[in-house]
Amino acid sequence: MKKFGKILSLLLAVLMLTAVLCGCGDGKDAPAQPGTEPGAESGSAAKEPVYGGEITVGIAQDLDDSLDPHTMAAAGTREVLFNVFEGLVKPDTDGNLIPAVASDYVIGDNADTFTFTLREGVKFHDGSEVTVGDVVYSISRVAGFDTGVPLISTFSAVESVEAIDEKTVIVKTYEPYIEFLAFLNCAIIPEGSNPAEDGLIGTGPFKFVSRKAQENLILERFDDYWGEKAYLEKVTFKIIENGDTLVMSLKSGAVDVCAHLTSTQIGGLETDFNILEGSMNLVQALFLNNAYEPLQDIRVRQALNYAVDRQMILDFVSEGKGFIVGSNMYPAFAKYYEDLSDYYSYDVAKAKSLLADAGYPNGFDFVITVPSNYPFHVDTAQVVAEQLKAVGINCTIDTVEWGTWYDEVYKGRNYHGTILGFDASGAMTAQSLLARYESTHSKNMSNYVSERYDETYNAALYATSEEEQIALYKQAQRILTEDASNVYLQDPCDFVAVRKGLEGYVFYPIYVMDLAGVHFVE
Amino acid sequence: MRYILKKAGVMIVTLLIISLLAFLAFEIIPADPVDTILGTDYTEERAEALREELGLNVPLPQRYLNWLKGFFIGDLGISYGYRISVNELLEGKVFVTACLSAIAFVLVIIISIPVGIFLARFRGGIIDRVFSVLNQITMSVPPFFIGILFTSIFGLAMKLFIVGDFVSFDEDPSKFFVYLFFAALAIALPKSAMTVKLLRSSIINEMGEDYVRTARARGNTSSGILWRHVLRNSMLPVITFLAVTLADIVAGSIIIEQVFTIPGIGRMLIMSIGNRDYPVVLSIIMLISALVLFVNFLADVVYQYIDPRIRLQ
Repeated sequence: MKKFGKILSLLLAVLMLTAVLCGCGDGKDAPAQPGTEPGAESGSAAKEPVYGGEITVGIAQDLDDSLDPHTMAAAGTREVLFNVFEGLVKPDTDGNLIPAVASDYVIGDNADTFTFTLREGVKFHDGSEVTVGDVVYSISRVAGFDTGVPLISTFSAVESVEAIDEKTVIVKTYEPYIEFLAFLNCAIIPEGSNPAEDGLIGTGPFKFVSRKAQENLILERFDDYWGEKAYLEKVTFKIIENGDTLVMSLKSGAVDVCAHLTSTQIGGLETDFNILEGSMNLVQALFLNNAYEPLQDIRVRQALNYAVDRQMILDFVSEGKGFIVGSNMYPAFAKYYEDLSDYYSYDVAKAKSLLADAGYPNGFDFVITVPSNYPFHVDTAQVVAEQLKAVGINCTIDTVEWGTWYDEVYKGRNYHGTILGFDASGAMTAQSLLARYESTHSKNMSNYVSERYDETYNAALYATSEEEQIALYKQAQRILTEDASNVYLQDPCDFVAVRKGLEGYVFYPIYVMDLAGVHFVE
Repeated sequence: MRYILKKAGVMIVTLLIISLLAFLAFEIIPADPVDTILGTDYTEERAEALREELGLNVPLPQRYLNWLKGFFIGDLGISYGYRISVNELLEGKVFVTACLSAIAFVLVIIISIPVGIFLARFRGGIIDRVFSVLNQITMSVPPFFIGILFTSIFGLAMKLFIVGDFVSFDEDPSKFFVYLFFAALAIALPKSAMTVKLLRSSIINEMGEDYVRTARARGNTSSGILWRHVLRNSMLPVITFLAVTLADIVAGSIIIEQVFTIPGIGRMLIMSIGNRDYPVVLSIIMLISALVLFVNFLADVVYQYIDPRIRLQ
C-alpha cells in the first residue's frame, strides 16, 4: 500500500490514505494561525504554552523518496519537509501566500517580473546567512538552467533569475504568470549545494536530523529561526504502515499526533486525544468520460448531476461530515472558491425528464470504474450507483487494481465514469486544479471540450492582476458546473488525533503538516 | 587444499550466475523505475535526464559490468527511491536482520540439543512418543504461520508487544530484543524440530555401536557412556546441519520480517522490488546468496576435516 504514496505527484495527487471514512465538522472554519497564535485552538486560551518537549508523530507511509526538496515527488514527503524548508514565500492557513525568506515582494505591472527583497537575518540550519546568491542558485537549480531540464515542470516558464544588489532578486517569466508566485515556495538551499550529498539544509523552524528507511525521520528545533520559533525541541515521525497498529500505538502512548485518520480509527481515542477535523483538500467527483456516447449530450450529464444526492453520500460514507462541492475547487482554497454546491439540487423527476429529452427514457449502460485500493471511493461509488439506478440508468461498478485504473482510465481514457479525488499537490494555485479541463491538456481525463472554458482559463492564466485572475477562475469553475462536465461530490473530512495537553495543531489548504505551532500546555 | 580452492571457485562462479540472473530478471519485468520515481506526471525531458543520472541510458551489458565492478569494490550504488547510497541504507537493516538471525540460531541450539538428548535417553517412553508427534507437526508448519499465531497470541491477546510496531536498538535495547524474540522464535521452532529429530536418531544410532557395548561391558553407566562417548560422535552430523540452518534462517527472515514488520533487509527487499529499486534489490539478493554459499562452503570444509574419507575421494 505504501507504494501509492509515490504516485501522488505533481498533477495527479490522489487521496493517499486508503481508508478515508471520515466525517467533518466545522473545525476548519476557524483555523488557528500557525506559530503566531499558538493558543487559538479550542478551549486552550487560558493555558500557557510551554517551550520544549518531544513528540512522536505517526505517519502511515514510508518516506521512500528523495528528500531533496526540489525533486521529491510524494505528498507524504512534502508534508513532513514543510517544517524544514521554506521558499521566498510560503502558504498560510487561509490559502494566502506570506513572505518567508523574502520580507517583501513586488509583482510587476505585466505580471511577468517578481521582485523580492531578502529578509534580514534569515539563517540556514548550518548557521550561515541566506544571501541573494543562495536564492538565485536555488531557483536556477529548479528551473534547470544548467541542465536544460526543469526539476519542476512549471519552472519552464522562468526566463531569468538575477540578483540586482545584495538584497534584491528579480525572477522573470516569459509570459505574464501571476500565479507563479505560489510556486516560489520552492525551497531555498545554500548556493552550490546538493541536498543528496551535502545534507538537508533549509531555513525552516525545524532542522533535519536523520532518516531511517522504513522506521523514522527525526527533526529538531532550529533555534536561530527568523520567525516565531517552534515550541517542541524534537519531533520524531514514526512510520507505521498498518492502520490498526497505528491506532494501537496511539493508545499505548507511543504516538502523540496522527493525521489522516478514518472515523473508524478515531473510535475510542477520545479519552486521551483531542480529535480535530479538517478537510482532505481534494475534490472527489464522479468523473465522466464526456466522449462516451450518451454522455456527449449535456442533458444526460445534467441528469446525472440531478440524480445524485450528495448529502446522502456524506451520510453514508462519512457520517454526514465533509464539504459538498459543485465544481472542481474545494472550500479551503478560499481565495478562488466559488460556491456552486447547490447548483444541481437533488431532483429525480428532473433527472428523468432530462434523460427522456435526450432520447434515453429507459436509461443507458454506465460503468463506474474505481481503484480498489481506495475503499473510500469504492464506498462512494456504491451509493452513487444506487442513486443512478433510481433514475433508470443501468449502472454497474467495476473495481480494478490501481495499475489497471492508471493505464485504462487515467492514461487510456477508456471508461464511462470513475470516482476519485484530485488535489492541488503542493502549490496553492487554482491552476493546479483547473488546468486539466483545457481541451487539449494531456491529463484531460474527462475528454471535456469547451471553447468557452479554454478562453476563460487561458485568460485567467495570463491575467496580469490578481482580482482579474480570481474572477476569471471563478468564471471557469462556473462553466465546468454549467456544462455538467463531471458530477462533483465533496472534499472529504480529515481527522487528526492530538494527545490531550498538546495544542496548536493547524490545518492548511494543501497537504502539509505544520508542527511549529504545536506545543504542550501547563 | 586443492579441495578448498575448487569449492571456492565453484562458489564464485555460482555467485556470478546469480547476479546475472537477478540483473536480467529486472530487464524482463515490464516497469520503468523512472515512473515510480517521478510519479504520474513528468515531462519526457525530465525522464531522460533522470535516466542519464541513474545510468539507465547505457546498453545492458555495459550496465551489468558497471554494477559488477562496483559490487566487487564494495560500492553497491545509489538507491533509486531514497537517493542515498545502498551501503548506507542497508547498514542498519543488516544489523537488525543479523540480530534476528543470531537470536533464532541461539534459540535453535538451546531448544534442540537438550530436547534431542532427553528424547534419545528416554526413547520409546510416553514422553518420547508425544514429542515425536509434536515434532512432526512443528516441522511441517511454515514459520510465517507460526509468526501469525504468535502475533495474535503474544501481541494481540497478551499484549507483550504492539503488533506492527518496532523499537530500534538505539531507542531501547531491551525492547528491541523483545520485538525480535518472538519473530526469532517463530523461525527457530521448525528448525529446532528438525534438529531434535536428527540429534535423536543420531544418538540412538550411536548407542547401537560396538564401542558402546564394550564401554558397558567395562562397567560404565548408561548416562556416563552417553555424555562421554556417544554425544561427541553423534554431534558431528548435527553441527553440519546447523551450519546450513544458519543460512536458512537468514533467508527465512525475509518472510518473518513481513509478518512482524521488522525493518530488516527482508522488508527492504520486498518493498524495493515493488518500487523497482534495482540497486537495493540486487544488493540484498547478492548479500543473501553470498551468505548461503559461504556457509555451505564452510560446512564442506569443516566436514572434510572431521571426516577424512571425504578428503580421499
